[in-house]
Amino acid sequence: MNFRGPSLIARVAAPFRGASQRFALGFLVLAAFGLMFLGKADTQFVERMRTTVTDVATPILEAMAEPVAAVNRVVAHLGELAALREENQRLREEVSRLRSWHATALRLDAENRSFRDLLNYKGPDRNTFVSARIVADGHGPFIKSMLVNIGTRDGIEKGQAAVTQLGLVGRVTEVGERSARILMITDLNSRIPVLVEEGRARAILAGDNSERPQLVFLPQGTRLQPGQRIITSGHGGALPHGVPVGVVSSVDNGVVRVRPFVDWERLEYVQIIDYEVEQAPAGGSQRGVPVGPRSGIPKRPLPGVVPPAATGASAPAAAPQPAAPVVPTQAAPVVATPAAPAVPTPAAPVVPTPGARATP
Amino acid sequence: MKGGFWQRLDLWARRIIPAGLSLLFVLFSALPVPVPDYSSIVPMLALASVFFWAVHHPRLLPPVVVFVIGLAQDTLSGAPMGSGAVVLLAVYGLAVSQRRFFHNRSFIQVWVGFMVVALAAAALGWLLTVINVGLFSPSRAALFQYMITIALYPLVTWLLHGAQRLVPAEG
Repeated sequence: MNFRGPSLIARVAAPFRGASQRFALGFLVLAAFGLMFLGKADTQFVERMRTTVTDVATPILEAMAEPVAAVNRVVAHLGELAALREENQRLREEVSRLRSWHATALRLDAENRSFRDLLNYKGPDRNTFVSARIVADGHGPFIKSMLVNIGTRDGIEKGQAAVTQLGLVGRVTEVGERSARILMITDLNSRIPVLVEEGRARAILAGDNSERPQLVFLPQGTRLQPGQRIITSGHGGALPHGVPVGVVSSVDNGVVRVRPFVDWERLEYVQIIDYEVEQAPAGGSQRGVPVGPRSGIPKRPLPGVVPPAATGASAPAAAPQPAAPVVPTQAAPVVATPAAPAVPTPAAPVVPTPGARATP
Repeated sequence: MKGGFWQRLDLWARRIIPAGLSLLFVLFSALPVPVPDYSSIVPMLALASVFFWAVHHPRLLPPVVVFVIGLAQDTLSGAPMGSGAVVLLAVYGLAVSQRRFFHNRSFIQVWVGFMVVALAAAALGWLLTVINVGLFSPSRAALFQYMITIALYPLVTWLLHGAQRLVPAEG
């Protein structure tokens, strides 16, 4: 095969490039650079631009994706046919294993419900979700994102979580009217607050474009082992608590990597969770205190202020009432002159009383 | 005047073939294909297309159109806005400036030329990402992407050569 260009045409047209064309090229390169920096500085403008384009492109992509998906399905079916016997065997084993788990889950669910009734606990389980179809993969070696075919008109907002039955996929970063972009948890820019299910250590799941995102900001001294489950912590609001994320796949020199539960290769649909931040137990802790069941509990000093080992200091700190009559007698000239004697500052009773004890 | 109108419409339709096909390649690259790791090594089809038309018919693919194609690619791929446009414009500029060299060469020679240009484009793309993210990230996926792109170039060229026959001869 020897492709030769249309040399005659080319020679005729060769000298047409004037200074103006070169100027146009240079100008456009500058404009593109300008857009890049604008995208960093003023994300809103560029975002609106992007969502407008994706809104237009999404129906086209949807139409284009349909035949591709059909072909994929056929290929997948053929592949499954070949492995039907082993698959069946595997599934049968899994069913028998899961049946016992099912019984356990039912028992725990009933137990949980009764505990919740006892505590009058209103759980954060009022999530609604919208299913979305993936119409485009964010492509390129540096990007892990995807476009879905729903947007603001379906009630989607920025920051919401995208999940499958298996676990967390990512979160919504851009929303148009009928399209939205989901940043996968493996993307370089993805940061998800998570918990180690066993031990409840908090951490951040940081993507780095590899298939196995890292756990960072783990508390010092946390010991992790491969196989431990990671779930979302719900800190920070938009993500619900307890969505499965993945399992610890390797712990290597302090670098903890997580294998996400999501099967990226078979991802066709995702669910976008509409999550009410107000109901979050952790994210709204300040707001939750006055209305929660704790309002009836008497106020206690901050944990950590009172060292349990200190014998002399613990008594006045825990019981300010007996200390109050002591203060005017001994320490009144020193401490209590500006304030009313009944309301000493938290540190005040600690200072004079050891002196009071020491003198007799 | 009816014939004139249809003729003009026909001519116009033929003229937008290079831009239309390049945009189609952009859309095509964005389609979700459930192949392991496919999304990170999607061949840079639009880049091959821009290279081809810049060498053969640069008049039918003015820089503004290349710019728009680049922005469309950035939008759909989720890349920083403008980065893909810079890369495509660089490829376009390189190809146009060297088009005399590419003419009357055998296909293999043009292919080798494309390898060089695509390598420069991949390096530029990587550099822009590093600048944008502010993080040095060596990427094996980028290398694979490059290799797949140059491996698919003969196929792309074959397709575009077919399309080229429909393109008006003035370009």
